[in-house]
Amino acid sequence: MNSTDLAVLADGLEKRYGEKRALAGFDLAVPYGTVYGLLGPNGAGKTTAVRIFSTLIRPNGGRAMVGGFDVVDQPLNVRRSIGLTGQYAAVDEILTGRQNLEMFGRLFHLGTKRAKARAGELFEQFDLVEAADKGVKEYSGGMRRRLDLAASMILAPRVLFLDEPTSGLDPRGRNEVWNAVRDLVAQGTTVLLTTQYLDEADRLADRIAVIDHGRTIADDTPAVLKSTVGGDRIEVICRETADIPAAVKVVARVCEGEPETDDADRRVSALVTDRVAALTEVTRGLQDEGIEVEDIGLSRPTLDDVFLRLTGHRTEDDIDAQKETVA
Amino acid sequence: MTTAAVETRPGPMYWAIADCWTMVRRGLLYYVRQPSTIAWQLGFPIVSVLLFVYVFGSAMDIGGGDYKDFAIPGMFAMTMAFGFMNTAWMIAIDKEKGVTDRFRSMPMAPSAVVSGRGVSDVLSAGIDLLVLAAIALVVGWRSDGSVVATVSAFVLLLWLRFSLIWIGVYLGLLVPNQEAAGNLFAIAFPFGMISSVFTPPSLMPDWLGAIAMWNPVSSTANAVRELFGNPLPTGDSWIEQNALLMSVVWPIIITAIFLPLAVRKYQRLSK
Repeated sequence: MNSTDLAVLADGLEKRYGEKRALAGFDLAVPYGTVYGLLGPNGAGKTTAVRIFSTLIRPNGGRAMVGGFDVVDQPLNVRRSIGLTGQYAAVDEILTGRQNLEMFGRLFHLGTKRAKARAGELFEQFDLVEAADKGVKEYSGGMRRRLDLAASMILAPRVLFLDEPTSGLDPRGRNEVWNAVRDLVAQGTTVLLTTQYLDEADRLADRIAVIDHGRTIADDTPAVLKSTVGGDRIEVICRETADIPAAVKVVARVCEGEPETDDADRRVSALVTDRVAALTEVTRGLQDEGIEVEDIGLSRPTLDDVFLRLTGHRTEDDIDAQKETVA
Repeated sequence: MTTAAVETRPGPMYWAIADCWTMVRRGLLYYVRQPSTIAWQLGFPIVSVLLFVYVFGSAMDIGGGDYKDFAIPGMFAMTMAFGFMNTAWMIAIDKEKGVTDRFRSMPMAPSAVVSGRGVSDVLSAGIDLLVLAAIALVVGWRSDGSVVATVSAFVLLLWLRFSLIWIGVYLGLLVPNQEAAGNLFAIAFPFGMISSVFTPPSLMPDWLGAIAMWNPVSSTANAVRELFGNPLPTGDSWIEQNALLMSVVWPIIITAIFLPLAVRKYQRLSK
């Protein structure tokens, strides 16, 4: 693919902080019109990459192009082509929503009249009309992020960077932001999204690059990535160890491949394709056989499963979480 | 959605000024959105004026002249000295909340982030001085100087405040967050107080008096006392005899040191 067809291109990107290599030969190619998810644990280099693409920091090596412009040599052109929404809602809390958007509009050199008009349009688009003249302090988390997104969209940029756009939001706020992002995508904006959540990437992204230790370790569609970790699993915990062989037979009717068993936990688990059908079938089968179960359920592959499969190590977060659980 | 074309006709100089003005408007909107801002900035000086004039005033003997007329110009200088905390505080909040990064990712004039802060802070300091001067007039303070001398005194006060913008920007970028910026009071307090603001340094122990005399805040305080025609009990040390000169020179020295440091610190954000 010609580099001019790409919204974002990273070629062997390097970024060092002292001894630490935040990016170690990072490659990425995002075609126009796609939503690209950059998935990885804390400290994997996702934010560093986005900060280089948005001209906030300079790389130590390699090349990065955004909208056809080099981020180091043509930062002003890059800044005219992008929108950036970072991990915090980067808006002025003391001002009203309208004062914020008009200020940013003027700083994008729209002139006062057009800055006002554009702010009005964006309040409509991001469903903030009623809140426009309230102080941002009174906004909910989801509203702040939407205002932040609106500020990123003032020039209707071709490329939008979203750095963990829903971190710290409750489920309702996440949905608000996801809907807003989907609308932008429908209008043709190219989006590069970083996230720690597989489901977020799954819902929004056409394609996902998995990043670890500053390097891309996988780059594919969500469906293919999930299939590498095996998709959904059904899990049955039997009450009696003696029932395990019978339970295996029931589970084997619906699953792909051989069910796995764990005698200590009295657990039978297996991969399934149709979640709901599998759950119904297995529940009925166990009842028919008169097998008593302690628990039955479905689990989806997590980011950690992807990581474990791709890297052979768990995410740092997960190790910490395990320590906490043990403690 | 309208496609918002970018106006590129005017040159970079035009945008440096236009963007600076947009940032100044932002600072001024704070007074409208949050009028308590001014109370926060002036709370300490106002309480000090009332405390020193009405509570301690009668017990204060500075060796000639009314203590109130000595203390009030000092209070003006102290308010300017404390001003660097406001600058640092605002810079630290913008940095912590990602607002600085938003500005830096936009096609605006990069200088406007700092120049806008500076102009807006000097304007704020002007508003602070107006309010303080009004209170001072109410409690009976007067300038006996000519109109030119009186105006020059206020210009000198703002000149000190201007130079402290760079210390404020530097420290605001240096501290990790807003909370740490609040702790800068630990620096501001001795900087404002170990000076000729409340007491002539000649009445302090020698070593402390020497520090106080050479404090830039003292030079500005003594210079404006001279211009206002207020009592000015000074010793015969060179620094105290040349307050007017030094009130012009100190801010130049401060700017010469901290402007490059602040600019360097700002540029290092992209490291």
